[in-house]
Amino acid sequence: MRPDMTLAQLRAWLLRYADCIDEIADQLTELDAAIGDADHGANMVRGMSKVRMHLLDASEPAEDVAALFRTVAMTLISSVGGAAGPLYGSFFLRAAQTPALAGCTVVSTQQLAAMCRAGAEGVQNRGKAALGEKTMLDVLFPAVDALERAATAGLDLPDALAATLEAARTGLHATIAMEARKGRASYLGPRSIGHQDPGATSSYHLFTTLAATINAAA
Amino acid sequence: MTAAEPMQKLINDPANAVADSLRGFALAHASMVRLYESPCVLVRRDAPVQGKVTVISGSGSGHEPLNTGYVGRGMLDAACPGDIFTSPTPDQYLAAIDATHGGQGVVLIVKNYAGGVLNSEMAMELAAARAVELASVLVSDDVAVPDKARRRGLGGAVLVEKVAGAAADAGYTLEQVVAVSQRASNQVRSMGVALSSCTAPMLGRPTFRLPAGTMEVGVGIHGEAGRMRIETTSADAVVELLLEAVAADLELRPGERVLAMVTGLGGTPQQELYIVYNHLHRMLEAQGVVVERSLVGDFVTSLDMAGAAVTVLRLDDELLRLWDAPVWTPTLRW
Repeated sequence: MRPDMTLAQLRAWLLRYADCIDEIADQLTELDAAIGDADHGANMVRGMSKVRMHLLDASEPAEDVAALFRTVAMTLISSVGGAAGPLYGSFFLRAAQTPALAGCTVVSTQQLAAMCRAGAEGVQNRGKAALGEKTMLDVLFPAVDALERAATAGLDLPDALAATLEAARTGLHATIAMEARKGRASYLGPRSIGHQDPGATSSYHLFTTLAATINAAA
Repeated sequence: MTAAEPMQKLINDPANAVADSLRGFALAHASMVRLYESPCVLVRRDAPVQGKVTVISGSGSGHEPLNTGYVGRGMLDAACPGDIFTSPTPDQYLAAIDATHGGQGVVLIVKNYAGGVLNSEMAMELAAARAVELASVLVSDDVAVPDKARRRGLGGAVLVEKVAGAAADAGYTLEQVVAVSQRASNQVRSMGVALSSCTAPMLGRPTFRLPAGTMEVGVGIHGEAGRMRIETTSADAVVELLLEAVAADLELRPGERVLAMVTGLGGTPQQELYIVYNHLHRMLEAQGVVVERSLVGDFVTSLDMAGAAVTVLRLDDELLRLWDAPVWTPTLRW
């Protein structure tokens, strides 16, 4: 099995995601103002800035992929608050607990898919949402499905991530027409229709930054 | 910053609004409370109080006086203030538990929002390693949400926190505190109406726009829009709309006793709140309901949102006794 993604690349991905969150903070705030309470941008910036600080702190580098993800998880859980803290925290915590990940400093496309699957299921277990309820899951599950299919088909990581990103984008756009059934937006009922979900938007960028990291390295 | 025009706010850096306010609060009420900043927890000055159940509540900031104003003897042992409209992190709950538990167990009063529930659940999982007995009581009194499982916590939180604090002071066990607090939670209903949105410092402009002559019915407390938008009408008509929903859901019957509360949402003067209360009280009496106690003022707010919410708690002898029990907090004192 060809190792596809190194620990350094995963770390670079998370740093890129932190930068991306800074760039899209206003967009997240605006999306959340439309159907929620306008705090998603600020909350994600607060969390990912803390993550960036930890990752750049050379005195305690993560020794393996599991440790890296665990650090990210605990940092998000302890700094974000709201629903996003526990949900993104659960994504990284469960991904860190993927079987056979301990000691790994490189992961295959299959392993990456397994990590994302575990993470998405972690989000679902924590938030108790289902597909189609206008949440992060409407991006995470289609993206993970695509990544798993690509890994099974033996695609190279750049191609696998291109397919993943496409599925994530489709999922993101599908949230516009959905009526929110979970979270703050659900109180709007049918009035939540016609707006892109802020949580799904921040989740979508997990995959834009993952693809960008791999493409930058290729 | 997305503000189209400057904010009319007495703040310094929007990012420091919560911290600056909490520091001022702690200084102003230094005889009653103590502030820890990292993680952020406001505790009773005399914490930990040994030999009684500990009562803790967390919520986003912007709802003042909830929850900081309710920290003190006879009510909360600690409040965990989150960022504005953002529920606090598990670390804050853990720090509050460590700073205040008095050996008889801890009850968390949680308002039913995704963030509030998720963070308190995580806190309880993480606290499992500590030798502290933990329980939680969920407040979900907003009748504007038809699905009971998804109902938000509104003004009912204040009443449930008072009952829990009084029960703890009276020497109830953890199980008994939880039981009576949950009963109060089950017997309380609320509904609110907004006449304006609110301006969160980080957003810098109103969260939503209410065209002149309209109001949002069934609003939460985070600046989010409500269930429906109607034309503005008289205070009495608004009270009738809110009370009808509340009383029907509570299945209020003649002869029953209640506590009636009107809370402003932050931007409505007391004069108007008493106009609301005037009709609320008379409407309840006209239905044969006995208004045993009342509370009118700003108790659960959404920053500078204009509007009010009506809360009705069905009382029994025990709940009334616990409500009347002495309390000494920055906001409630008797």
